[in-house]
Amino acid sequence: MSELTNVYIAEKIRNQFGDAILSASEPYDMLTLVVNPSIAHGVINWLKNDAEIKIQFLTDVCGAQFPEIEGQEFCVIYHLHSLTNNIRIRIKSFLPASNPIIATVTDLFESANWQERETYDFYGIIFEGHPNLTRILNMDEMDYFPLRKEFPLEDGTRTDKEDKYFGR
Amino acid sequence: MSTELTITKAPAGLEGPGFFATNIDKVVGLARSNSIWPLPFATSCCGIEFMATMGSNYDLARFGSERMSFSPRQADLLIVAGTIAKKMGPVLRQVYLQMAEPRWVISVGACASTGGIFDTYSVLQGIDKVIPVDVYVPGCPPRPEQIIDGIMQIQELVRNEPIRRRNTQEYKALMQQYGIQ
Ligand code: SF4
Repeated sequence: MSELTNVYIAEKIRNQFGDAILSASEPYDMLTLVVNPSIAHGVINWLKNDAEIKIQFLTDVCGAQFPEIEGQEFCVIYHLHSLTNNIRIRIKSFLPASNPIIATVTDLFESANWQERETYDFYGIIFEGHPNLTRILNMDEMDYFPLRKEFPLEDGTRTDKEDKYFGR
Repeated sequence: MSTELTITKAPAGLEGPGFFATNIDKVVGLARSNSIWPLPFATSCCGIEFMATMGSNYDLARFGSERMSFSPRQADLLIVAGTIAKKMGPVLRQVYLQMAEPRWVISVGACASTGGIFDTYSVLQGIDKVIPVDVYVPGCPPRPEQIIDGIMQIQELVRNEPIRRRNTQEYKALMQQYGIQ
């Protein structure tokens, strides 16, 4: 078995998925792949079942928003960990604001359940096939996705602040 | 070691051999104010300060609040200490509704009073948005001395409150304002 370097793993994934892997980089030595949203689930599934890389653990699922990149406003980020090889891989998928839908990975990792709900709660990213995609941290009555940049961070009901002192 | 005891002074009244007559309001007020059962609703850093207030150094028990009531049904005073998230708002309200009259509320710290530093979408901007408050204690967090001062002000309120206050139009209007029957 050859050594599992980032370059080697990236090459291996490229051979498998070809052009659907849009880019690979190594910020802070962590292999980061930008993949087409339609194959994100496939890549994670493959990494999990690959006899060599052996990803067993989904560390994190989170979202990000880049309103200035047209057609790629939303990003879903998966952090994966191989406990046997002590390798971490980051997978990113960009989604358009008009249709922020991506396949759930709850069928691969049960732990994705709450993490995807959280991402939905804050960014409104829809995880297709999720068993219970409802809000998890914010109150159920909330009618917007608070971490989207078009919404103000501050609460509109605040009464004791003089706006001019707080730059509002 | 001196064992000098201070006993609360009796209210003004008419005294003679074998009898003592005074105003029932004053007697009830005196009894209530020196035996307040608080319900601590401590959610964050201010809650830690409240714990210090309860502990032996500051010892809230000196003011007749020895017994913390962890059931709202047997509590007189709701001590809200800490940040109340909007999701917690209905819970806090439910706790308040379960308390029997007469009930008082003290809001400890900037967060409970106004939202404090958390001017954000997830935090209730002051508990007075969901329940009426009697005394606000400022500070982030307030020191135990301040919390005790707030409780002494509650005692003052309790001592001077006419027993029929809860039946007044004014009080009913206040409750109405919060949608509480
Ligand atoms: S007022 Fe300050 S100390 Fe108290 S709960 Fe808020 S942040 Fe914490």
